[in-house]
Amino acid sequence: MISAPFNYEAPGTLTEALALLTKHGDDAKILAGGHSLLPMMKLRFAQPETIIDINNIPGLSYIKEEDGYLKIGALTREVELEESELIRSKYPIFTDASKLIGDPQVRNMGTLGGNIAHGDAANDHPAVMIALGAEVIITGPKGTRTVSIDDFFHGFYMTAIEPNEILTELRIPIPATGTGNAYHKLERKVGDYAIAGAAVQITLNGENVVEYAGIGLTNVNSTPLRATRSEEALLGKPLTEETIKEAAKCASIDCNPTADLRGDEEYKRAMVRVLVKRMIQRAAERAR
Amino acid sequence: MKKQITVSVNGVEHTAEVEPRLLLVHFIREDLNLTGTHIGCDTTHCGACTILLNGKSVKSCTVLAVQADGKEVSTVEGLSEPGTLNALQEGFKENHGLHCGFCTPGMLMRATEFLEKNPNPTEEEIRWGISGNLCRCTGYNNIVKAILYASAKNRGVELPSTEPEFV
Repeated sequence: MISAPFNYEAPGTLTEALALLTKHGDDAKILAGGHSLLPMMKLRFAQPETIIDINNIPGLSYIKEEDGYLKIGALTREVELEESELIRSKYPIFTDASKLIGDPQVRNMGTLGGNIAHGDAANDHPAVMIALGAEVIITGPKGTRTVSIDDFFHGFYMTAIEPNEILTELRIPIPATGTGNAYHKLERKVGDYAIAGAAVQITLNGENVVEYAGIGLTNVNSTPLRATRSEEALLGKPLTEETIKEAAKCASIDCNPTADLRGDEEYKRAMVRVLVKRMIQRAAERAR
Repeated sequence: MKKQITVSVNGVEHTAEVEPRLLLVHFIREDLNLTGTHIGCDTTHCGACTILLNGKSVKSCTVLAVQADGKEVSTVEGLSEPGTLNALQEGFKENHGLHCGFCTPGMLMRATEFLEKNPNPTEEEIRWGISGNLCRCTGYNNIVKAILYASAKNRGVELPSTEPEFV
């Protein structure tokens, strides 16, 4: 399958890329890893007039802790998250997620920024970012602005990014001591989108009381979903089998899955309940 | 508007004028006549088109030829000199790691990068390592054995048995 014709630009700096975006606006698409965009173009679901390849722009790929945040450059590849020692030791939720995204070849190309910017509720990193309370750094002609992950996803493939802006960084508050996080998705086969997925981060104090709870859900809503009532079911309470059960139940009620080849609605709600429960338990094990 | 690209393929530099929408796999097969790289599903699933781009295994049906400008591409044709086999190719031959052979070039290229990163893998690591490559003939067992064989040969340790297992 061959995509419709397009003009190809490969700017060497962010300033040039932004100038091209300002010039072409909605008719341009950013090419990062290309593993969501190119398949859509080959199927002609997307027919951008101009492709702006940002892979030649230096300085957009990094994983570092700075000023109280874990900062990840938008062009950081999945494989880099998978192999990073910092991620593996301190942010295992990314290792959980990265291992389940696509397959090794896809992870050699796919980027964190692209996974988020695509605005697809079936992608895995959005739920992870919700659980971690991330901020999205967006750069435009007037400089950078910060958007909370809760204000980022506007609808199916719709995000807070304006046509003349580029997602440049994900910023995650470095969690307090006693924090654990975990992600898992149920998939039919390697590399498939989630039947359902759950990302959880919790912070426990010395008395086993939940001081922070972040829960994000994959592919069970038109946008990546924060399970607000599930978080409230945990927050300020001791983490017990009962509170975990209640949180899992709330998530299964509050999500909005649709029936498709991956399962019917009832099945998906049941899987959300199981996944949320297990991820809270795994996050708690890692917190202790 | 066509773009001029220069790509080093198996150590040989090629310069060409290509349409931006030309896929890397088509450039390799049709412009360079290197038909060892196969097109299977054309949808990033099967891995038959796997090549190395600057040493990293990628599915060349989901990369544009213009994205390879200034980069190094390795295909199955570059694994060994004509008439010879490298350890991985020998492993596939000795262990019957192929039946129809359609997935084999992709398997070999994926296994090449995999063994570079993990020279002494477990069987399970191999299975995860080739999870992006589909084979509809072998049931994978002999492919896994082939990669274990190559790993042993590369490390200079005793080669595992290539006798088939009857279960």
